[in-house]
Amino acid sequence: MEAQKYVWEGAIPLQIHLHESQVTALPPPPPALILAPRIGYMPLLASLIKPYFSSTLPPGVDTIWFDYNGIPLKWYVPTGVLFDLLCPEPERPWNITVHFRGYPGNVLIPCEGEDSVKWSFINSLKEAAYIMNGNCKNVMNMSQSDQSELWNSVMNGNLEAYQRVSSKLKLATFDDEYRTLCSQKSQQSFGETDLTAQVNTGRVPIRLYVLSIREDFDDLDEMPRIDCWEKISYINRPVEIHQEDTCFTLHDALKTLLPELFSDESLTNVKLGGVDFQDAVRNPNEDVSSDKVVEDHGKNAHKHPEAGHISSGGEIKLIRIQGIEPKLEIPFSWVANNLINPDYFLHICVYVKVAQ
Amino acid sequence: MFSAINSRWNCSGLQQVMDVLHWDGTLSAQDFRIGAFAFAQEWESLNLGFPPWSWVLCPKHPCLASPEEGYLSLENICISRPNEEDIHQISQIDNGEEQTGCSGDENFVDNATLVQSSHHELHYCDFHIVYSSIFRVPVLYFRAYCSDGRPLLLDEIEKELPVCSSKELSESKWTFITQEEHPYLKRPWYKLHPCGTNEWMKLLFLSHTANPKFEAVPELYLLSWFSVAGQVFGLRIPSKISN
Repeated sequence: MEAQKYVWEGAIPLQIHLHESQVTALPPPPPALILAPRIGYMPLLASLIKPYFSSTLPPGVDTIWFDYNGIPLKWYVPTGVLFDLLCPEPERPWNITVHFRGYPGNVLIPCEGEDSVKWSFINSLKEAAYIMNGNCKNVMNMSQSDQSELWNSVMNGNLEAYQRVSSKLKLATFDDEYRTLCSQKSQQSFGETDLTAQVNTGRVPIRLYVLSIREDFDDLDEMPRIDCWEKISYINRPVEIHQEDTCFTLHDALKTLLPELFSDESLTNVKLGGVDFQDAVRNPNEDVSSDKVVEDHGKNAHKHPEAGHISSGGEIKLIRIQGIEPKLEIPFSWVANNLINPDYFLHICVYVKVAQ
Repeated sequence: MFSAINSRWNCSGLQQVMDVLHWDGTLSAQDFRIGAFAFAQEWESLNLGFPPWSWVLCPKHPCLASPEEGYLSLENICISRPNEEDIHQISQIDNGEEQTGCSGDENFVDNATLVQSSHHELHYCDFHIVYSSIFRVPVLYFRAYCSDGRPLLLDEIEKELPVCSSKELSESKWTFITQEEHPYLKRPWYKLHPCGTNEWMKLLFLSHTANPKFEAVPELYLLSWFSVAGQVFGLRIPSKISN
């Protein structure tokens, strides 16, 4: 699938500054410029970053952690999600501060390097398996070599290797028209791809981050800076897709997650951007196949969003998945198949302006 | 198959029962609430010498239409086991023999002072029973600390656990400890990972009754669950299913 390839190739350019408390020699070292994979995790960059600063660090044991504008970055959240969430007006490069001492153990769960990140990833995968299959046996029974291969494929951004191992897990995928139409390996002729629905209910694992802002703003660059995690609500709730409902859109999915923000089937001032891969390092002339999908489904959408109505709960200003602001008419099954992270979770960032 | 059972178990709140053979070992959020209150009541009546569990309500987010959620809390429980030296000193006092190091009233025995004077630091633990909407089972969250508030690391906590617990924790695939952000307090806490809970809950109910038509009622769920989960910390309560 083309879209998964773009997701895996997506990266955030980081400009990493050493925290002033850890500079032992003047002039302070210049910042490190690192390209961080969207689907990766910050602590995994340690081996890339350390060489830049090791000569200036004070003696002692290093425990790496990062902050953005004073907010400690949660290391178990994928890098791309952290960027989408904390940087509403995308900052390129993203200016981050790195620390090697003074780990804030009262707010951040300890991270003992790559192993901690790996276990966090495996636990997420177990959770996703439980949501999709009703048990996590397939993950728990993975052989040691499969487990290592899976984790290494994530660390190295190797989609082919990942797909080889993950297909053994037999985690559900969701039926979507695009997949059926474009499947070249399918033995069925076009006439046979009859979309008589399988009576099946799938559950999509979701990590939803809702950033609530009380102040007034019109443009993203007017948005007040996020200064603490308390302003971000985290919801871990799956969305059910009923396969017979071929028109279940992203909008419908969001409605089930945040019913108070949607009323009378109409939307508030959501910025309806097109499919726009803002951060992927790729050839701009390449055909973005997913754009085509959006066009096709846009024509068939039976719900057309209206702007202007503000519901009692608040007003959605922005919805971001993998750095994209997707059109809400996209079939949710397409989103669930293509924009998920390697742990099979779909991470969604939503900005909401709440009544004061 | 799973989703069919799921929706049956879900459809009505109170008195949603199912014979154990067809049950998947989970419970709904509403049933968790029922079970929590029943558990708290039973705990008090057992007179174990512990304070009662309290129910903590969680603040609602303005945009989210979730029903009111809460969790059970039991805090400041001393998990330190007295070492042999302490026990010896305590028994000396009981026999009316010479006291070591205590000043003041000879008739008043302050065991806590005795324990501290032998340089054995006391460790305390907070327990929260939180419902997981993903796994649909209760989850035991805990954090431990010294009397001065310093948080304890997992290996320090494990030293306080009954010997068989630490062995089982490392070997068993049912119970293992992970560190995670507390879902409501947003601070690092430890938890007993819930992914096998529904399976051993079903086994627990099946093994405790000869009657396959036995109904898995919410009121018994938490008691039975805690009779297993609490053992990790040496907190023993009867499972109460075999009635």
